[in-house]
Amino acid sequence: MATHLILQKMFKTGIVSEPAPPADPELCTREQDLHGEIVRVFGQAVAIRHVDAGSCNGCELEIHALNGPHYNIEGLGVKFVASPRHADLLLVTGPVSRNLEVALGRTYDATPEPKWVVAVGDCGCSGGMFGESYATSGKVSNVIPVDVEVPGCPPTPVSLLQGILAAVSKERK
Amino acid sequence: MKIGDHDWHLEPLGKHIWRGRMEAGQLLALARSVKGEGGQLSALWGSDDHHLGAGFAIHLAFMTSAGLVWGSCALAENVAVYPDFEPIFPQAGRMQRATFDLLGIRAESAVDERKWLRHGAWAADTFPLRKGFDDTQPATKEVDEYPFVRVEGDGVHEIPVGPIHAGTIEPGHFRFSIIGERVLRLEQRLGYTHKGIEKRFEGMNIATGAKLAGRVSGDSHSAYAWAYSMAVESASASEVPVRALWLRALFLEIERVANHLGDLGYLGNDVALSFGFMQFWRLKEEWLRLAAKHFGHRYLFDCIVPGGVAVDISGSGTAELTAEAGRIELEARELKAIYDDQATLQERFANTGVCSPALASRLGLTGLAGRASGQARDARIQFPQAPYDQCKVNMATHSHGDVLARAEVRFAELFESLRLIRELVKAMPEGKIFVPLNRVEKVCEGLGWVEGWRGEVLVAVRIGADGKLDRVHPHDPSWQNWPLLEVGMLGNIVPDFPLINKSFNLSYSGPDL
Repeated sequence: MATHLILQKMFKTGIVSEPAPPADPELCTREQDLHGEIVRVFGQAVAIRHVDAGSCNGCELEIHALNGPHYNIEGLGVKFVASPRHADLLLVTGPVSRNLEVALGRTYDATPEPKWVVAVGDCGCSGGMFGESYATSGKVSNVIPVDVEVPGCPPTPVSLLQGILAAVSKERK
Repeated sequence: MKIGDHDWHLEPLGKHIWRGRMEAGQLLALARSVKGEGGQLSALWGSDDHHLGAGFAIHLAFMTSAGLVWGSCALAENVAVYPDFEPIFPQAGRMQRATFDLLGIRAESAVDERKWLRHGAWAADTFPLRKGFDDTQPATKEVDEYPFVRVEGDGVHEIPVGPIHAGTIEPGHFRFSIIGERVLRLEQRLGYTHKGIEKRFEGMNIATGAKLAGRVSGDSHSAYAWAYSMAVESASASEVPVRALWLRALFLEIERVANHLGDLGYLGNDVALSFGFMQFWRLKEEWLRLAAKHFGHRYLFDCIVPGGVAVDISGSGTAELTAEAGRIELEARELKAIYDDQATLQERFANTGVCSPALASRLGLTGLAGRASGQARDARIQFPQAPYDQCKVNMATHSHGDVLARAEVRFAELFESLRLIRELVKAMPEGKIFVPLNRVEKVCEGLGWVEGWRGEVLVAVRIGADGKLDRVHPHDPSWQNWPLLEVGMLGNIVPDFPLINKSFNLSYSGPDL
């Protein structure tokens, strides 16, 4: 049986989770009226729906990494959910391809208010290498309102956390 | 150069890479000969050559017994049809449909002429890859109608999934026709991440092109950047320092290790063994941090550049990489013993998502998934470029073609890459890591071919007389493998789909272009 091997490995590994980085309010691009009130009621607990709106899948690698043991994301109250209807925050990678624009708009509409949008990666923040063309609409804020922009190609898990926490933090710039 | 009984008069374009220009009928005959000797079609694409005083052209890349053959056929003026290659190589189907959407040239009397990459972003009568295409036109915003094949009968119903999925994955639409929990048919609709990459390349300078090529599919960055660099170096007849080639191989193997660690974790996760996920992702994170520490980027983005590499390895890097590769191998072997001994995991993996070797051969399954279904092809082994001609690679194969076989091949390739990494850093030759490319003064072409972690990545390049990129076609192995996921899913139950899908882990962005 593998159970004792699993237990052995778990004890040998110990806890590798690291303390969370501070929120980075500099990444905020927009402040919603109700912000302070929402944070007062909900604290930093936040349910995230990830939307790949056309990325090269580099940003997705780092979003996956967030779920690994080093970042302990659920321990911070941050949880990835399967439906926009369960989400407080959309984590959107770009550039927004025209082929996905309609689906992204519908996902945004299906997310209940109040909600935040965090645009991820150089492409999500500016269109990046792909820019705007017959096939892409460029940065996420060209398509839906964006609260926080996390640049990087791809942004590291730490900067992703700083951006996500900035959206739901009391600190403002 | 002979394929079958015929000498095709192909010109060498690089090591194990051949180039031929021929009439349509000859190209069809070449395709039949390649099929006859057990070869495969790797890629099919088109080009608009009107600015060069010609018409359209169709290009095919074959994997043959002599290496990679790039065959082209220039179509006559005002001709926009070419022979249908799908009856010979079924994998040609989607590539032909995409070629029509982008360029407006059609495979003659093809069975399936539905659109592929075009959704509602541009009008049906305009073609982005034609040189005169107006890039400024607004999206048509037409609702995307797509005629899925319907399965009918008592108790049959459909489950539409996507384009936005429940997990953190790329967008695509899957249409399941099921009865009870059994899948009768799966049909994919992809193209949601189409970013107009091939158009973007046009007119770009060679150095910037490498950055874009590396972002065709981010998880295969080094494979694309190397294939692109190989193509422009071959086109401009430039020599690359030997040390740079060794460093490229090192980066490619580091990328393979990172992806395999992640996938092995997710395979555990998908059968509810979250222990496996956490352990493998711990190892992956440590591996990525090591890459960032010694090469400046967790995924080695932009480390491979035309003319060489942008970053060298230090003495301490060599020592630490050697030690870490050894440690990660030991830990991964411990975890493999646990996976091997975990009855619930084995039960879910075995006989799930089967692609038999016969089917894999007929439909052209390639790369890692191909090797798990008895398709013993690996460019590093059969047609090695430097440094793989000196650092020999051992091939991992399996014949069952199920999730278990794909996991086994991943484990074997993980251990082999960790061994290779130690060998590469130990035997790395001294010297320069970068030499500028020769100036390009006339139209020239090149092709790059690299065995990435998922399978063979090809990049075909034509540089114009002004030294700018004129036509670039990057090809992802996921093109060939997506249709096999449809077939591998037949008769399985819906809840096994995430597991089967992850066992292939195909790219959306790569073939969506």
